[in-house]
Amino acid sequence: MHDNEHTEHHHEESFIRKYIFSLDHKTIGKQFLIYGLIMFFVGGGLALLFRWQLAYPDQPLPIIGASQQYLDEGEVVTGADRMWERIYDSDKEEWLEVSMPSGVITPEFYNMLFTMHATIMVFFVVVPILVGAFGNFLIPLMIGTRDMAFPILNMLSFWLAVLAAIVMAIGFFVPGGHAAAGWTGYAPLSADPQWTGVEWGQNLWAISLLIQGFSSLVGSINYITTIINMRAPGMTFFRMPLVIWSLFIVAILLLLAFPVLSSALALLIFDRLAGTTFFSATAEGGGDPLLWQHLFWFFGHPEVYILILPGMGIASELIPVFSRKPIFGYRSMVYAMIAIAFLGWIVWGHHMFQSGMRPGMGNFFMTTTMLIAVPSAIKTFNWLGTMFRGSIRFTTPMLHGIAFVSMFVIGGLSGIYMANTPVDIYIHDTYYIVAHIHYVVFGGSLFAIFGGIIFWFPKMYGRYMNDALSKIHFWLTFIAFNCTFFPMHILGVGGHLRRIANPQQYEYLQVFEGMNIFITMSAFTLGFAQLILVFNYFWSMYKGKVAEQNPWHVNTLEWEAPTPVPHGNFGQIPTVYRGPYEYSVPGEESDWIPQAQPEHAPATSGD
Amino acid sequence: MEIVIRIRRKTENEKHLDYEIGIMMAQNNVEIRDRQPLSNARLGILVLLGAETMLFSGLIGTFLVFRVGNVTWPPPSHIGIELPRVVTGINTALLLLSGYTMFQAWRAIQKDRVKQLRNWLLITGVLGLLFLGVQGSEWVQLIRNGLTLQSGVYGGIFYVLIGCHAVHVLSAVIWVFIVFGMAMAGRFSASRYTGVDTCTIYWIFVVALWPILYVLVYLS
Repeated sequence: MHDNEHTEHHHEESFIRKYIFSLDHKTIGKQFLIYGLIMFFVGGGLALLFRWQLAYPDQPLPIIGASQQYLDEGEVVTGADRMWERIYDSDKEEWLEVSMPSGVITPEFYNMLFTMHATIMVFFVVVPILVGAFGNFLIPLMIGTRDMAFPILNMLSFWLAVLAAIVMAIGFFVPGGHAAAGWTGYAPLSADPQWTGVEWGQNLWAISLLIQGFSSLVGSINYITTIINMRAPGMTFFRMPLVIWSLFIVAILLLLAFPVLSSALALLIFDRLAGTTFFSATAEGGGDPLLWQHLFWFFGHPEVYILILPGMGIASELIPVFSRKPIFGYRSMVYAMIAIAFLGWIVWGHHMFQSGMRPGMGNFFMTTTMLIAVPSAIKTFNWLGTMFRGSIRFTTPMLHGIAFVSMFVIGGLSGIYMANTPVDIYIHDTYYIVAHIHYVVFGGSLFAIFGGIIFWFPKMYGRYMNDALSKIHFWLTFIAFNCTFFPMHILGVGGHLRRIANPQQYEYLQVFEGMNIFITMSAFTLGFAQLILVFNYFWSMYKGKVAEQNPWHVNTLEWEAPTPVPHGNFGQIPTVYRGPYEYSVPGEESDWIPQAQPEHAPATSGD
Repeated sequence: MEIVIRIRRKTENEKHLDYEIGIMMAQNNVEIRDRQPLSNARLGILVLLGAETMLFSGLIGTFLVFRVGNVTWPPPSHIGIELPRVVTGINTALLLLSGYTMFQAWRAIQKDRVKQLRNWLLITGVLGLLFLGVQGSEWVQLIRNGLTLQSGVYGGIFYVLIGCHAVHVLSAVIWVFIVFGMAMAGRFSASRYTGVDTCTIYWIFVVALWPILYVLVYLS
C-alpha cells in the first residue's frame, strides 16, 4: 500500500513541472503556440493604431481618443476626455501624454508603431508559432520518437523566448519610447540616438533580439539533432513528411543565419553603449552604415525563407490529406525546398539596390533572386497537381491550405517584379513592398498556421475546434485580408511611401485618401476576425466535440499515438514501412495506408 | 557546417528482412533504434559549432570590410600603435599546444587511463588560463598606449573580435575545469566519456579559430 502510494506520487508531476517548466515537447509546443498568439494580438494592435493614423491623420483615435468638443473648447464629454484631463492635470509626464496626446498619434510614436509591429510579428509571432510550436509538437511525433534529443535545452529555448518578450515589452515604457528605426534597424538611424530620439528603446530592442537569437540557436540544435538521430526504425529521410523536411531545413537556416544578426546586434550595442563607430559614416575613426545593411540582410533574407518554408510544409500536409491523393512529386518538393534554402543565401543584395551598389552586383542579385521563382513554381505546380482530380474535401484546414497556395502565388509574383532592378528603383520603399511582404507572410505563413492549428488541434487537445466558428473566421479573414493588402499594390505603384506618418501632407497622395480609409476599415475587420479564432481555440479546448484518434484519416505517425498524447508519445515506437502520402492506392480497400501499417508487402520506395 | 545525408536504396531482400524484423519486434515487444554514427551529444555540439562559425564569420566579415576599405592599416590616426606580434605569436603556440594536450586527454580516456585524463585536462586548463593572462596583459599595455575601444574602427573591431574569441576561450576553460572536476570524481571511463568528448570538440574549435584571427588581425 505504502509502496503503491509512493510510485503514484512519483508519476504525478506537480502543476509547475507539468504545465510551466515542462520538459515534454508537446507542452512546450503548446506554450510556444499560446505565446505566439498573445504576441500576435500585441503586434496586430500596433498595426491597427498606425492604420488609423494613415486613414485619419492627426485625428484622435476612437474610444480612447478625446472628443472634438474637448479638443476645441476643453469641454469634457466622454469618459476618454476625463482620462485625458486627468493625465494633463498630473505633474508627471505620462507615457500616453508623450506618445499620443489626446489620442492623436505623434510622428515619433508612429515610427515606433511600425517598427515594433514588424519586429513582433517576425520574431515573436511567426517564427515562434511555425518553428517553436509546430516544430516542437510535430517533430518527435511525426518521426516516431518519445521526445526531443535535449529536453532541458528545449525548455530553455522557450523560457529564453519569454525573457526576450519581456525585455522587448519593457521597451515600450522607457523614456524616449521603443525602437523607431524600422524592423531592419538601418544604421545610422539605429546606431545613434540623435536621429530617432530613442535611447533605451533601441538598446532593449537589440538586447531582446540577442536573447531571441540564443533561444533560436538552442531550438535549432535540438531540431537538427532530433531529426538526424532519432527517427523511428524505417523512417528514412525520404519517408519523412514534408513538414518535417521543411522544419529541418529551417532549423539549419536559423542556426546559420541568426548568429550573423547576433554579431551585427553586438556591434550595434557597442556603437550605442561603448562609443565605437562601426556604423557611423561621420565619425573620425571611420565606420560604414552600409555594413549594417549587409550583415542584417545576410541574416534577413534566409529569415524570409524561415518564415515561409514551414508554411509550405504545413500546406504540403493539408493538401494531400484532403485531396485523398499522394503529394505530387515528393522528391521534387524536398529538392525545391533545399534549392530555396540555398538560393536564400545569395540574394540578400536585392534589398539594397537603392543603397549604392555596383550595377554589376545588382544584376547578379537580380538573377539569383529570380532563380528562386523556379523552385517556388515547382512547389506550386506540385500542390496543384496534388489537387488535380483528387477527391477534394473542403474542410476548414483545406480551405486554409488552398488560401495559402493562392496567396503565396500572388506574393511570389509581386516578388519577381521587385527583383528587377529597373522596376525596383521605382517601387522601392513604397506600399508595393508592404503588399508583397504581407501576401507572403500573412497570406502565406499565417494561413498555413491557421490551417495547421485547426488540423492538429484534435491531436493537441483531443477535441475538434468548432467548425462553424472556424469557417466564419476563415472567410472573414480571407476577404478582409485581400481587401486590406491588395489595394496596397495600387498605392505602391502610385508612389505612396512606406514609412510616412501622414500621407495627406503630400499633394500627390491626397487622391489615395479613400483607399487608405478602405484599407483601414478592412484591417480592423481583419483584426477583429482573429478574436473569433482565439475564442474558438480556448473554448474548444474544454467544450469542443471530442475527436477520435485519427479524425482526418492521415497516414503520418502522429496519428498513431493515442489521443491526447501521453508523456512518451507511443506505447511502442512504431516501425515505418512506407512513405507518408499513400492515399487512394489503386487496388486497396481503404483510401489511406498509415506509415506504420505492416500488413501489406512493403512499398517500393518513399515517394 | 555541412550535413551529408546518404541514402542507400535497400534491395528487395533487405526490405523483406526489415519487414520480418518489424513483425518480430512488434510480437516480442522489443524496441530497437537504428545505430547512429554520431551520438546526440556529439552531433549537438557539432551543430553548435556551425552557429559559432557563422558568428565569427559576421565579425571577421566586418573586420575585412574595414581592412579592405582602408588604404593604410592601421589608419593614419593610429600610426605608432604596434600590435604585439611576437608575444602573441608565442601565445598562439601556447594555445595550439593546449589543443594537443586536450587531444591527449581525449585519447587517454578512450584507453581508460583516468589518471592521465586528469593530468592532461589540468595542463590544458592551465595553458588556457595562461593564454588569457598573456592576452589580458597585452590589452592593458595597448590601452596604456592609447588603443581603446573608442579609437575608431581599428580599435573597435580589434577589441570586439579578439574579445569575442577570448570570451570563448574563457568559457572553454571553465568547461575544461568542470570536466576536470568530474574526472576527479571518477565520472568517466572508456565506455562513458561524453563530457570529455564534447568538451574536446569545443576546445579544438576554439584553438583552431585562433590562428586565423592571429593572421588576419595581427599580421595582415
